[in-house]
Amino acid sequence: MTTLLDVIIQGVLLGGLYALFAAGLSLIFGVMRLVNLAHGDLIVLSAFLIMALVSFLGLPLPLAALVALPVMFAVGYALQASILNRAIGADILPPLLMTFGLSIIIQNGLLEAFSADSRRLSAGDLETASLPLGGGIAIGVMPLMTLATAVLVIVGLNQLFYRTALGRAFRAVSDDPSVAQLMGIDNRKLFAVAMGIALAVAALAGLFLGIRANFDPTIGPARLIFAFEAVIIGGLGSLWGTLAGGIVIGIAQTAGSAINPEWQILAGHLAFLAVLIVRPRGLFPRAAD
Amino acid sequence: MALLSVENLDAFYGDFQALFGISAAVEPGETVAIIGSNGAGKSTFLKAITGMLGSARAAIRFEGEAIGGLPAPDVMKRGIAMVPEGRKLFPSLSVEENLLIGGYGRTGSGRWSLRTLYELFPILGERRNNPSMSLSGGQQQMVAIGRALMSNPKLLLCDEISLGLAPVVIRDIYAALPAVKAEGTSIVVVEQDIVQAMKVSDRVYCFSEGRMTLSGSPDALSREAIHSAYFGH
Repeated sequence: MTTLLDVIIQGVLLGGLYALFAAGLSLIFGVMRLVNLAHGDLIVLSAFLIMALVSFLGLPLPLAALVALPVMFAVGYALQASILNRAIGADILPPLLMTFGLSIIIQNGLLEAFSADSRRLSAGDLETASLPLGGGIAIGVMPLMTLATAVLVIVGLNQLFYRTALGRAFRAVSDDPSVAQLMGIDNRKLFAVAMGIALAVAALAGLFLGIRANFDPTIGPARLIFAFEAVIIGGLGSLWGTLAGGIVIGIAQTAGSAINPEWQILAGHLAFLAVLIVRPRGLFPRAAD
Repeated sequence: MALLSVENLDAFYGDFQALFGISAAVEPGETVAIIGSNGAGKSTFLKAITGMLGSARAAIRFEGEAIGGLPAPDVMKRGIAMVPEGRKLFPSLSVEENLLIGGYGRTGSGRWSLRTLYELFPILGERRNNPSMSLSGGQQQMVAIGRALMSNPKLLLCDEISLGLAPVVIRDIYAALPAVKAEGTSIVVVEQDIVQAMKVSDRVYCFSEGRMTLSGSPDALSREAIHSAYFGH
């Protein structure tokens, strides 16, 4: 019983990290129907950026993360405005290929700049701090902060989408980009802002990824798979669904590794397939898609 | 000076030429009807004005400035608003959000706001929080018109606003146009319904197969002239 409870709690906490990986992906898909194959690499890029700010400029980790947020927003805005907007259109293939190429460029750029060595962000005592819940179950402070951040990000993005003029414009463009232009909305500028926000979220994901585990320039695509699965389990374009999807993967992986440590990754993928069989459009599909 | 003047406008879909040397003008405060059968080029004409379809820069002038082929958002920000054919409301936005998006980033000053639109179309006030697609066709058309008015445009373009609606509903929709005119807003209505178009307009242009075949004031045009211009023979 205790084991089961522990598996669920640890799974939910791990799900927070996956939801954070996936939130930016979900946002971008929701607004511009772009599947960003470089999202995992952009998260890794953020982790390296934070690491560089800590080790070269000597910034404390929280401050480095705070600096990384606007920097990654600017990177996202510039990336979309200068490159990706050229490929966005009725055909979904060109942007897909473009982000695939971007993924390779980022990985090789990072290899060149930082070598293939495995790195880690250090959060000091916080890394091992935990809160005992009694009954032999304890929850780590870092995983808890990760989950809390994921929830805050998703609440924040939902507020943005449903309570602000910018959010209305995001939803209008997502519904019908050409009619949105007739409302005076400049889709391209809007897409750039969306990519900026997505990469600011990626910076948070990079922070928690780097604290939780070792990272090197090539781990992006593997992280992208989990993010994809979270988005699809949740239902394309639904942010709360993405959180739920992350948690489903997290619980499945934790349960898998409780049975046999080699089964962790496999269990996550099996859960993904099971959801696809039962609900092909995900748990919370948007009505209009 | 005409608010909108179009001179010798050609428009293409790829290699297919859809408009041939169209010249037309809309004066401030004037209501112009564009009539013609299916495929005559009426909607293409509106697409060219809004920048959704490319054209020569100097072929279209708004308040004297050449706007042909500018990106749609740049055109609309100058004071043009569009009620697109088929209404094209944003399905994931509520009634009120659809209205609000019409005024996004545009600062035209004038009478129209949520409050005055709810006075013009009281039913929309009652349904303000409903999903836009839950409304009837006529009510959706009111939202589409309201959405366009939210930017307080100088020129309102209406593409087939009576299409697919019952006659009583069409009457209600058209009953709103005098309030728009009273603000000094120029209106272009594209219509297949000739009777309705003649009733509201100060001037009529008739298109056939991408060419303008007739223009004049509705009172001065004979039934026969319109008939032959409409059917192109």
